[in-house]
Amino acid sequence: MATGFRFFLPYAAVDAMLLISKGPLEVEKIFTRWYGAEHKNNYGAMVSFVGTVREENGIEALSFDLYRPVLQAWFDEWQKRLGEKGAYLAMAHSEGDVPAHKSSFMCAIFSPKRRVALEMLDAFVEDFKANAPIWKYDVVEGKRLYAADRSTPMAGSGLLAGDEK
Amino acid sequence: MIKVEFLGPIGKEPVEIDAKTLAEVAAALKRDPELEKWLETAAVAVNDTMVDSLEVTLKDGDRVSLLPPVCGG
Repeated sequence: MATGFRFFLPYAAVDAMLLISKGPLEVEKIFTRWYGAEHKNNYGAMVSFVGTVREENGIEALSFDLYRPVLQAWFDEWQKRLGEKGAYLAMAHSEGDVPAHKSSFMCAIFSPKRRVALEMLDAFVEDFKANAPIWKYDVVEGKRLYAADRSTPMAGSGLLAGDEK
Repeated sequence: MIKVEFLGPIGKEPVEIDAKTLAEVAAALKRDPELEKWLETAAVAVNDTMVDSLEVTLKDGDRVSLLPPVCGG
């Protein structure tokens, strides 16, 4: 298939649906590819979300670290969960600096009919915020400052601070 | 030896610890005052699989990763 998005091939195709990009995302290009994949594969609905860096509190950019092995496992689990509902997931995220007014996060859920995609997008983005291993920094005067007050401990956090057994 | 990695903003070089369980790793890391606040909030992976018990047994060459609070998007 010319697009490189092979929705109906087995597992290897799943990897292609998690895109990690250095710097800002090329939103139009990614959407064009995702949209092409949607209508060619007979999904009736594509529901998407784009996160764009806002200019506020004097920041020049946001910057991101991520940990790919755990991110991939988390994504694959979601792909499996959506697959059980006949839906399909695509996601793109930036690594490194993303200036104000550029985008760092995109995701889309494809489903045969709209209801599953509309409902699952909300659940997916909420879990993304809580459990995708991605760390955000404000870039101010060229320095990266960890956005601790906007960050959420992942499920199972504090394990090593617990009592020894 | 067990390799312990500190991801994202923890910003600490990996360390090697002689341990047979995750509880032993926890005990060793608690001796480092620099890590105190991170241990309270970090989640833990062993060989890139998230875990939720200190009773996980470890073998030579295993990797333990500390994942501090996240904020993607």
